[in-house]
Amino acid sequence: MRQIFTISLIFSTIRLATPLVLAALGGLYSERSGVINIALEGLLLAGAFTAASVTYYAHSPWAGLGAAIIAAAAVAAIHALACIRFKADQVVTGTGINILFIGLPAVLSGALFLSSGSTPQVPKENLLPALARFLPFMPAWRIFTDVSVISLLALIVVFVTRYVLYQTPFGLRLRAVGENPEAADAAGVGVNPMRYVGVILSGVLAGIGGAYLSIGQSSLFTRNMAAGRGFIALAALIFGKWRPVQTLLACLLFGFADALTIQLQGVPVPVTVLRLTVLLLCALLGWFIAYQFRFIRSRMTRTLSGLLVGLAVGVSIVYYSMRGLGRVEVPVQFIQMIPYIVTIIVLAGFIGQSRAPKALGIPYQKER
Amino acid sequence: MKYIREILFPLIAVLAAFVIGGIVVWLIGDSPWQTYKLLIGSAFSWPDGIGYTLFNATPLIFTGLAVAVAFRCGLLNIGAEGQLYVAAFAAAWVGFKFGAQDPGNTAITPLLHLPSLILVPLCCVAAIGAGAIWGGIPGVLKAKFGSHEVINTIMLNFIAVALLSYFTQYRYKIPGDPILQTAPVSPSAHLPTLGRFIPGFPERIPLNLAFILAVIACILVYIFLWKTKWGYELRATGANPSAAEYGGVSIRKQIVLAMAISGGLAGMVGINEVLGYRHSYYDGFSANYGFVGIAVALLGRNHPVGVFLAAILFAVLLRGGIFVDAFTMHVSKDIVDMLQGLVIILVALRPEAVFGRISKFGLMKKANV
Repeated sequence: MRQIFTISLIFSTIRLATPLVLAALGGLYSERSGVINIALEGLLLAGAFTAASVTYYAHSPWAGLGAAIIAAAAVAAIHALACIRFKADQVVTGTGINILFIGLPAVLSGALFLSSGSTPQVPKENLLPALARFLPFMPAWRIFTDVSVISLLALIVVFVTRYVLYQTPFGLRLRAVGENPEAADAAGVGVNPMRYVGVILSGVLAGIGGAYLSIGQSSLFTRNMAAGRGFIALAALIFGKWRPVQTLLACLLFGFADALTIQLQGVPVPVTVLRLTVLLLCALLGWFIAYQFRFIRSRMTRTLSGLLVGLAVGVSIVYYSMRGLGRVEVPVQFIQMIPYIVTIIVLAGFIGQSRAPKALGIPYQKER
Repeated sequence: MKYIREILFPLIAVLAAFVIGGIVVWLIGDSPWQTYKLLIGSAFSWPDGIGYTLFNATPLIFTGLAVAVAFRCGLLNIGAEGQLYVAAFAAAWVGFKFGAQDPGNTAITPLLHLPSLILVPLCCVAAIGAGAIWGGIPGVLKAKFGSHEVINTIMLNFIAVALLSYFTQYRYKIPGDPILQTAPVSPSAHLPTLGRFIPGFPERIPLNLAFILAVIACILVYIFLWKTKWGYELRATGANPSAAEYGGVSIRKQIVLAMAISGGLAGMVGINEVLGYRHSYYDGFSANYGFVGIAVALLGRNHPVGVFLAAILFAVLLRGGIFVDAFTMHVSKDIVDMLQGLVIILVALRPEAVFGRISKFGLMKKANV
């Protein structure tokens, strides 16, 4: 256990959560204004590719970051145009953008760098720096050398978003447009302009997140390097109930699960721990399912029978799949699954209701 | 007029996508004309071009139908990807557990030795069933808790990939195999290639009976949606849920049913992949079939005939991509992903919103969406 829970785990959590936080907050602006943004994945990829290529040519991470912001904002503008002006199904265009940005960076990198989908390595001094670069007189503590400027920026953005959303007229309008566009329109708020702003802001933030992926966390763009982070960010946004600080916490949780996955690789754990975990999960699941059987009147019967059936299933799984093992490496796949399972459970309302903005996904048509 | 709309607008969307793609190709420094000639022209040679194109189309027909059925019920099934993985694995599992051992299978002792006539249908049922369950889960979650199927299907995609990668890597891989794939299925679980039946069609082309299944699936989906009471109720739910409920349709039941059928159809990709082609479950085999299925369904206007044609179009591109990779200077086969993305975006646009002005000239007058 000592090997697993180290101080590195914290820094690795921060590192892995940073792009999630940025993308999720981007999604927050878009979804609070009423436009579903499933394109976060594509926006991250657009930002990551642009940042890596521009930095490679311009030798400056700041040029790369700026270009990433512009590129991702432009892509977001396309999404906005399709969803708002042309009233397309928002999930479908988002999916289209995600597929487009698996292909487009690969096509461009093939043409620019003659590679199959990745950019050349950016030298280390041209990467987005850690905090220590700006604090030359501070001691070389890990909090300064291991934490990127972008991580700090992400944290600042969380609180700025919280302020903007709840304390400014702009935030009020943004929320109004997402909750009740008719009322907002009647009050003189331009529904569609607000939505454009929301979606484009999501591009700006996801672009920063993408740049962090390619020229912060690593040093080049590789094909499909976002690897589902856009979707996890979306899940974190829902888990965080479309609120900035809760979303940050959700991102940290998902980042932690990710960090744990990396840390647990190759570390043997007593199989007993694994068995108990499986048993516990099965019992809980049985309880949840049995609890839905309303036709059994007594709550006690439901709980007990659910727990028992769950345990029985768990015992058979453990018996069948873990015979004769001593200490095993925990399959990383199981830890990878945790965020997704948690999201499904949260969505189903087991851990507090998560309510989406009311007008989410509905194009606004002015009455005539 | 309605038919013109249904055919014309998808065609315009595809053309627009090709024009944008052509501009990208031109900017990169290749000839768009040459690229498209390779991309589309390579698919129509006999027997290789046509054989491989139809083979590539098979999974897309299944996922396209899957997405279309869900769409008709007003649901977006983004989870076909996860459903087809689970189904393919189930087919493989039944294939190596219940049939005579493949000589290459040194790891898993089968429980039974079923003959081909029983084993193949059993594998198909396993694939469809597993897909239907994996698709049914978000259906149940939506019907029971109202949680949105889009997020749940995405989450289930990731869970399926992680879960199956665990099973493949730790439980059903042949020790020492460098590739992440399960033990091969029993020879009696193989679907014959069409080369066996068509004279002059070489057997090396992997086009197999699953393609015939895909055509049958198109017909069955048509009959189900437009000729049965269940299909009518399903479409009614999609068109106007509250009216359907008023008319006595149980919306919850329809949601679960539509998602399960959708998942089952997506699962049939596993039949093509495992029984017809690779003969084992190969981790991560799907080339985004589930997502391309969305494009196929949209382009095919959620109609089985349209789905079939759209699947052929995308299969042509997939086949041509290989030649583009080999015979052009700069453009790679990733152009296919790019074109698919563009088609999805463009086909999703509402024609009335794009061509608002044309309505003056009467093209849209009678059209009610």
